[in-house]
Amino acid sequence: MGALGFILSPEEGERGWRLADYVRRGGYAALKKIIAEKIPADHIVGELKKSSLRGRGGAGFPTGLKWSFMPRQFPGDKYVVCNSDEGEPGTFKDRDILRWNPHMVIEGMIIAGYAMGCQRGYNYIHGEIWDIYKRFEEALDEARAANLLGPNILGSDFSFELQAHHGYGAYICGEETALLESIEGKKGQPRFKPPFPASFGLYGKPTTINNTETFASVPWIITNGGDKFLELGKPNNGGTKLFSVSGHVNRPGNFEVPMGTPFAELLEMAGGVRAGRKLKAVIPGGSSAPVLPADIMMDCTLDYDSIAKAGSMLGSGAVIVMDETTCMVKALERLSYFYFEESCGQCTPCREGTGWLYRVVHRIENGLGRREDLDLLNSVTDNIMGRTICALGDAASLPVRSFIKHFKAEFEYHIERKQCLVPVDVQRAGSGFFVAEAKATC
Amino acid sequence: MLEIEIDGQKIEVPDGSTVMDAAHKVGSFIPHFCYHKKLSIAANCRMCLVQVEKAPKPLPACATPVTNGMKVFTHSESAVKAQKGVMEFLLINHPLDCPICDQGGECQLQDLSVGYGASASRYQEEKRVVANKNLGPLVATDMTRCIHCTRCVRFTQEIAGLMELGQAFRGEHAEIMPFIEKTVDSELSGNIIDLCPVGALTSKPFRFAARTWELSRRKSVSPHDGLGANLVVQVKHNKVMRVLPLENEDVNECWLSDKDRFSYEALNSDQRLTRPMLKQCGEWREVDWQTALEYIGNDLKRVIKEHGAQAVGALASPQATLEELHLLQKLVRGLGSNNVDFRLRQSDFSLDGKNVMPWLGMKIAGIRDLDRVLVVGSFLRKDHPLLAQRLRQAAKRGTKVSILHVADDDLLISLNARSIAAPAALATELAGIVKAAAEAKGVSADSSLANVQASESARRIAASLASGENVAVFLGNLAQQHPQASTLHALAQQLAGITGARFGFLGEAANSVGGYVAGATPGVNANEGGMNAAQMLSDPRKAYVVLHAEPELDCADPQQAMAALKSADLVVALSPFKTRAIDYANVILPVAPFTETSGTFINTEGRVQSFNAVVKPLDETRPAWKVLRVLGNLLGLAGFEQDSSEAVRAEALGGKSEFIERLNNKVEGVAINLGEAAPALQPHLERIADVPIYFADALARRAPSLQKTIDAAAPAARMNAATLAKLGLAAGAKVRVSQGGGEALLDAALDAGLPDNCVRVAAGHELGAGLGAMHGAVAVERT
Repeated sequence: MGALGFILSPEEGERGWRLADYVRRGGYAALKKIIAEKIPADHIVGELKKSSLRGRGGAGFPTGLKWSFMPRQFPGDKYVVCNSDEGEPGTFKDRDILRWNPHMVIEGMIIAGYAMGCQRGYNYIHGEIWDIYKRFEEALDEARAANLLGPNILGSDFSFELQAHHGYGAYICGEETALLESIEGKKGQPRFKPPFPASFGLYGKPTTINNTETFASVPWIITNGGDKFLELGKPNNGGTKLFSVSGHVNRPGNFEVPMGTPFAELLEMAGGVRAGRKLKAVIPGGSSAPVLPADIMMDCTLDYDSIAKAGSMLGSGAVIVMDETTCMVKALERLSYFYFEESCGQCTPCREGTGWLYRVVHRIENGLGRREDLDLLNSVTDNIMGRTICALGDAASLPVRSFIKHFKAEFEYHIERKQCLVPVDVQRAGSGFFVAEAKATC
Repeated sequence: MLEIEIDGQKIEVPDGSTVMDAAHKVGSFIPHFCYHKKLSIAANCRMCLVQVEKAPKPLPACATPVTNGMKVFTHSESAVKAQKGVMEFLLINHPLDCPICDQGGECQLQDLSVGYGASASRYQEEKRVVANKNLGPLVATDMTRCIHCTRCVRFTQEIAGLMELGQAFRGEHAEIMPFIEKTVDSELSGNIIDLCPVGALTSKPFRFAARTWELSRRKSVSPHDGLGANLVVQVKHNKVMRVLPLENEDVNECWLSDKDRFSYEALNSDQRLTRPMLKQCGEWREVDWQTALEYIGNDLKRVIKEHGAQAVGALASPQATLEELHLLQKLVRGLGSNNVDFRLRQSDFSLDGKNVMPWLGMKIAGIRDLDRVLVVGSFLRKDHPLLAQRLRQAAKRGTKVSILHVADDDLLISLNARSIAAPAALATELAGIVKAAAEAKGVSADSSLANVQASESARRIAASLASGENVAVFLGNLAQQHPQASTLHALAQQLAGITGARFGFLGEAANSVGGYVAGATPGVNANEGGMNAAQMLSDPRKAYVVLHAEPELDCADPQQAMAALKSADLVVALSPFKTRAIDYANVILPVAPFTETSGTFINTEGRVQSFNAVVKPLDETRPAWKVLRVLGNLLGLAGFEQDSSEAVRAEALGGKSEFIERLNNKVEGVAINLGEAAPALQPHLERIADVPIYFADALARRAPSLQKTIDAAAPAARMNAATLAKLGLAAGAKVRVSQGGGEALLDAALDAGLPDNCVRVAAGHELGAGLGAMHGAVAVERT
C-alpha cells in the first residue's frame, strides 16, 4: 500500500480495525471536536466545500454542494446512506476501507448526520463481501457501546443510529435510487429522476447518498480543515484518492495517492506492467469508463479534470491495465456481457440494447462479424445513451464506443480475417492461466 | 400556473403538470406505451422522449415536470430520432406475429410502428421467447409479445388493490408473471387486457373469435350492479362477441368489472330460451306467441274471476329495464292489483308508504372528494367492484374509510376502522356509533339509544366521522336485505344528521333505483295497498308474473318462494334463459336480455341511462316491454298503446332528464327497535348470506368463463375457528346446514373474518337454494 494518504495508510503500518486502534490513530477526534465545540452544521458543509472533496463513487459530484441540498429544516425523518455496493469490474477499494478502517466511515456518516440533521443512516454493503459486512456490524456495536452511535451521542442532544444492510450482489443496486429501493425491500430498480433523493429518497424522505470513500474522507477534513485537504491534491480535485489497480501489473492492489499524481507513478507503485511487456491500454475509472490507449494514458495525471480532458473518466478510480497480449475484442466482449447480464430490464433501450451490443461483439469475436457491424454498434450505443432511466445504459455504451474508437483496426481485422490481431498463443501466455496448458498443446 | 411552449404553442398549465399533460392540452400527440392517465408514472418504455430546450438529452414527457418558460419540441428531429430509436429496441425482440395476434388492428405497438418503425430490422440475432403464464380463465397470455411497460403490474397494485403481477428476473430475462402457481383473481382483472398495449394479454373468452375491424361497436349499459357501467358492445353477424368499457369519467371511468365485461358469454349460451313454452297436461311444448299470450290472458282472467284481482302478483328482477318494470306494474294495476315488487332480496318493508326512493344520496364522482366514509353492511368489493375501486383511490388520497359489517373480507382498501358484528347485532353496533358520534359532537342522541353502549371500534368510527368535513354514510346490499333494514336506515340517517354526512344506498342492481321510479313497488305512496315481494310469497297468490327473475335464487327466502310458486294456479315466467321455471311455471316466454332490447337503467346516483338493442333478438325472443304491451292489449287494458320503448320511457319518467330528481332517502318518524340481540338465537347459529359476485344474476350465472373463476367456487359453510371448534368440526368436513325445513349439504370452511356463532352460506347458488331466508337461525351438523 502506498503511504501517501490517510484512509488506508495508518501510521507505522498499524492495521488494526477495532475502535481502540482507530482512536489510537486519532479517530473520532473530529466528531468529539464537533460535539464539544458545538460546531454549526453550516460550518461543516463550508469546510467540505472548501476541501473540493468530490464524490468518490464515480460521478465526482462536489460533496459539500450535495450536502447543502438537504433540506435541514424538513420536519420528520431524513436519511444518510452510504453506498458500499461497489460492483463495477475493476473496483475493489471500498471493501478495503471497510476492512481496515470501518470506524472512519462510521465517523464520517455520523458527522454527515449531524451536518444534515439526519438521525438515521444505512450502509449498503455489497452482498459478495460477507465477511466485511460482518466486520462492519461489529464495528457498529463497538461504536454504540462507546456512545458514539445511538441516542445522545457523547452526552450531547444529537442522536444518530446507523445500520448495515447487505445486498445480494446486483450491480444495479450501486445506482443510488436502485440502492434505496433495495433497502426498502423492493426489487433493485432505479427510479426516474427528478425527484432526486435529496427531496424524495429513502421511504420518500430527504436522503443523501455518498460513497464509502467520500464518508471516510470527512473526519480528516474536519480535523485538518478543508484547505489542508485541498492542498493534498490539486485545485478542484482535493485530497487523496484510492486507486484499485488490476490487470496486467506485477502488484495489483489499492493505492492511495494524492489527486493529480501522474499515472506513470501509480503504474510504478503497482510494480509496472507484468513480465516487462508493453502497456497497451488502460481503463482508468472502472469498466464503464472509456478505455484509453497507452500513449494517451501515460500523459495523464490522476484527477477528474486530466482524465476527462483525455476523453475518459476518473470514475471510481478502478484502473484496469491491459498489456500487449490483450485482444481488445475479447476484452470488450467480456465487458459487454457484464452489462447485458446486469441490466435491470426496466427501461427499453438498456434492456434490449445491452443484449444487442453483446451479441454483435460476441459475433465479431467468434469470426462472424460483418463489415457494417462497427457502424451498427455505434448506432445502437447512440440510441441507448442518454435515453435510459439510469446511467447503466451509458455505462454499457461507453466501453463499446471507446474500444471501437481507439482500436478500430483490431476490430476490422477480426471482421475481415475471422481471427484475432493478437495471436491466440500470445493471448494465452499473457493471461497466465493457460500457460501450462498452452505449452502442452502447442 | 406555469407557462410552457409546446411545438410553438404557448399554454399555461397548473403547477405539477408534466410535459405529457401539457401536450394533451395543446393536442400534440406524443407516442407512448407505459404512460396511462390512471396509473402511476413508470417512465420505462422511453417512447415519449421529447426534445426540451437546454436539456442535454431527450426527456420522457410522461415524467418530466413542466418548469416555467420550458420549450418542448415533440416532433423535432432529435425527438423523432429518439422515438424511432426506442421503437427499434421495442421491436427487435417482438415476434412481429401480427397476423396471428388477437391484438392485431387494435395494437398500440402496431400503430406506432407504422409511424416510428423501420421497414426492415437491423437486428439479425435470435429473438427472445418467453413462456406463457396461466392468469386464470379470463386473461390469455402471449408473453413473448410483452414490451415490459408494466401497466398490468401497476393496475393490479394501484387500481385493483393487490399486486397479483410483477416483473421477475432482470434485464433481457425480465418477465411479467403472477406469483408462482397463482392466477390473477381480481374482480377487475379484465382491465389489464385493455391496458396491455400489445398482444401479450388478451381476452381468453374472445380469443381467435373475430378481428377488431370485423366488429361493429355499439353503446350499451351494464345490467349488473347499481353503477351502470357504460359499455361498448362489439358485434359480428348479429352476435355479441366482446364487451369493452365506454369511458365515462363520472360513472365507470375507463374500467369495467369482470362481471360487466365477460357476462356477455351467457347471451350466446345454449341455455337461452328461444321459443314460448306452454305446459299443458303436465307436458311442456313449444307454442307460438299468439297461443302463449292468449293462454295467459284467458287464464289471468279466470284467476281474477275466481279469486279476485288481489290473487295476482308480479315479481320482477331489479335488472329489468325501466320500460319493462313500468309496463309490468301498469299491467298488474290495470288488472286491479297492487301486488308488484322488484326488491326480491329485501326482507324488511316497513318503510313502504313513507315516500322513500333510496339512492346513493350524491354523485358517484363525488366519492373522490369525501374525507370520511362509513359503509354499513356491504360485501363491498364483490357487490360493487368499481365503487370499491373509487373508495380505494380515495383512501389512498387520505379519505378515512370505515366499515361496519358482518364479515371482515379483505376489501383491499386501507381501512381507518372496522367493526365486525353478527347480523343480529348489526343495528345495536350502528346505534353505538350513532351514540358515540353524538357524544363526540356534543349533541344528544335519540332517546331510544339510552341503553346502548358504544364499543371500542364504534367509538373509533364515530370519532373519524365526527372529525370530517365531507362525510358520507352508505348502506350496502346486506344492510338493505337485513331483517332490520328500516332500523339500520333510521340509525344511519341519524348518524348522518349528527355528523353532517351525506347518506345513501349502494344500489344492489342496475335498476334498483329504476324500479322505484317505474313504480314497480306495491305503494311508494301511502295507502295504496298491495303486497310486497315478501308478502306475495308468504301469503301465496294464485297467479304470478315473474319478469327476468329466478325466484329460487334471487329471493330473500328461496324455499318460501318455490313453495308459493308451486302452489299457484298460473305462473308466467318471462326470461331470456331456460330456468327452473319449468318446475313451477305454466307459461315461459323468451324475452330479450339487455343486448336485444332498447331500455333504460337508472343507476344508483339517479342517472338515467338509455340504450338501444345491439343485436336482433335471438330466434323467437321478443323484448319484454313489447310482450307486456301486447298482453295489456289482449287483456283489454287502457294505456298500452306505446309504439316504442321511448314512448314507454317518456311515460315512466314524465319527460326526459339526465338525473331523477325525486329520489329520497329521508324518512321521518321511524321507531328504532334494536330488537333482541344475538343470544335469542342460541343455541342456533346465525346465517350470514352474501350473494357471490358471479351468482348474483341470471347473466353472470350462465357465463362459462366467469364460472371458472375462484369467485365462482361452490359455496361452503364458512365459520370462524371458535365456531368450528364449538361444533367439533374441521375445515373441509361435510356438513348438513338446515334452515326452515330445508337443508344443504356443504363443506365446512374456515373464515377467520366472521363473528362467533355465525355461519356464512352464500345465497344465489343452486347448492343453497333449499335453504330459507338469507338471515336468521340455521343449524349445522356433521353428516
